[in-house]
Amino acid sequence: MSRFPELGLILALAAGLQAAPASAGPLGLGRPATPDEIAAWDIDVRPDGVGLPEGRGGVAEGEELYSDNCAVCHGDFGEAVGRWPVLAGGQGTLTADRPIKTIGSYWPYLSTVYDYVHRAMPFGAAQSLSNDEVYAITAYLLYLNDLVDEDFVLSRENFLSVRLPNEPNFKDDDRLQTETFVFDEPCMKDCKPGEPTITMRAAVLDVTPEGDGEGSLE
Amino acid sequence: MSDESRQPKASRRAFLTGSLAAGGALAAVGAARAAGDPAILELPDWTTTLGEGVDANPYGMPSEYEAHVVRRNVPWLTADPVSSVNFTPLHELDGIITPNGLCFERHHGGVAQVDPAQWRLMIHGLVETPLVFTLEDLKRFPRVNKVYFLECAANSGMEWRGAQLNGVQFTHGMIHNVMYTGVPLRTILEECGLKPAGKWMLAEGADAAAMTRSIPIEKALDDCMVAFKMNGEALRPEQGYPARLVVPGWEGNMWVKWLRRLEIGDKPWHHREETSKYTDLLPDGTARRFTWEMDAKSVITSPSPQAPITHGKGRTVITGIAWSGRGTIRRVDVSLDGGRNWLPARLDGPSFDKSIHRFYHEFDWDGRPLYLQSRAIDSTGYVQPTKDALRSVRGVNSIYHNNGIQTWYVNENGEAENVEVS
Ligand code: HEC
Repeated sequence: MSRFPELGLILALAAGLQAAPASAGPLGLGRPATPDEIAAWDIDVRPDGVGLPEGRGGVAEGEELYSDNCAVCHGDFGEAVGRWPVLAGGQGTLTADRPIKTIGSYWPYLSTVYDYVHRAMPFGAAQSLSNDEVYAITAYLLYLNDLVDEDFVLSRENFLSVRLPNEPNFKDDDRLQTETFVFDEPCMKDCKPGEPTITMRAAVLDVTPEGDGEGSLE
Repeated sequence: MSDESRQPKASRRAFLTGSLAAGGALAAVGAARAAGDPAILELPDWTTTLGEGVDANPYGMPSEYEAHVVRRNVPWLTADPVSSVNFTPLHELDGIITPNGLCFERHHGGVAQVDPAQWRLMIHGLVETPLVFTLEDLKRFPRVNKVYFLECAANSGMEWRGAQLNGVQFTHGMIHNVMYTGVPLRTILEECGLKPAGKWMLAEGADAAAMTRSIPIEKALDDCMVAFKMNGEALRPEQGYPARLVVPGWEGNMWVKWLRRLEIGDKPWHHREETSKYTDLLPDGTARRFTWEMDAKSVITSPSPQAPITHGKGRTVITGIAWSGRGTIRRVDVSLDGGRNWLPARLDGPSFDKSIHRFYHEFDWDGRPLYLQSRAIDSTGYVQPTKDALRSVRGVNSIYHNNGIQTWYVNENGEAENVEVS
């Protein structure tokens, strides 16, 4: 832009911006954001409903939208195709050997579903869904997780009435309070008896790249 | 200059054949010729012919002999390379700085190719004046230069259930350490005027994942930066070009790349990357959230499975890295016998806050198997724990924040392997 200052000015005028006043800040840098600009980018939604747009959508519409836009990766019932993320089920598995973390089993807030589906899904076509469509898909994801009936319709008005079951099971970071052994004086000599014995080798699993292994990264 | 001398591959082949022939001749003639190393006795091409001119590589490349030093990916980890990760080749690096082209990558919607002329940073919410900045505006603020590590909270996450991947690149390679040039976030926020009710900041990226994280305002005002250079040059696209957030000592996911927006609010947002992901599930089914700080950690980078000892017994250098999200590294201890006895390692190179530190231990290897471990102690007195100590509290399903002590078994031949020992 700096190489073509006049072009920048024309573009700015074309966009209906007034000659930008300098900021009121101590360095006078930047320019005030217009309300329309803020509205265009301010898409986030919070658990208390702040950020939710007008709109509504029900399980039935959601099912159709989901089949067309989401099922190819996440499976017809949110069970996932291949290694794409699982979206439904897993209730009661958080203490199991292999927990399945889904919207129904793990996520604390419904607002996160609305926010994330709108900002990032469908994968590769982010922010392509309308508000009503996101409400409908969110309703359908609740249905897939057995949290609402098939005639449920989600809207901004009733959004806060839906709570996800795992909400109470999150707590703030307490590592330094509960894992106080990390402040013990470290042992320097004869810290363990006997000779070292190998209890596990990565070579046995043999999943170092080019191998086909089990495991996950989130 | 002949065409051949412009082709390093061809000249290397010629040299190899030449030296083999010379070796044969040497044997046949016996004592008639000077005895010794053909690398000394025979003049190589690079001594007898001219090399390439100055403009052969306008942007310089490593030696062709270093072509194996690259980031690598673990394809089975994720469904799609667009939402995946690759790993820094720690076993090949030394000092404390990670070269830009080797910094591991993790993105959730691919690498955004942002046009710097179209880049905007918007700051709004609980501020006196919501402002928009261009890149040019950003560069008119006073700048600072800081070296910080960035570690993904899932680094070593595949090792919770036990030794799984044979290579420090894969077990510990989701970290890099570079010098950032940028603007303290405090200065930028002051330009907008923070309202007293503003307790949290949402940072958002411009990529196809529109990555968001909630950050407490104390941290934003403490040491966060908006950076536009790494190691002196523009950020690489995969590291958030043209500008990213720097959140020193805290998990890498929060260092939002392709930064486009900062919103000030009175509560956290509880977005997907701080609920579904980056929360740490404990054995009783509860989960820790907002586990932002990266605990003190260290690892021996050489020898390691990808960097065996090839010289046999005798003088040997052990080296590795240590870091802490809470400060500097005060000491690193090394054990050759699986944690029975420990010796303080030699720290060398600059010691910066929330930066990688480099350590060495030089010794005479007697050729007997080694059970190598390292243990970092940071400036708060935090001592890197064993993996078993962590598992005793956290179980094996918490994915993130595995900073347990790593063991490499080195056999009589110098080959190294990822193991766990009792
Ligand atoms: C092309 C495959 C694909 C399609 C189509 C797709 N997704 Fe996704 N989805 C993904 C991937 C990949 C991720 C994880 C992205 C990441 O790594 O951050 C994901 C993540 C999610 C998550 C978060 C999962 C979790 O556990 O954190 C939700 C919810 C989701 N998708 C919903 C949807 C919905 C609703 C649609 C349809 C509108 C959709 N997805 C379409 C691939 C897809």
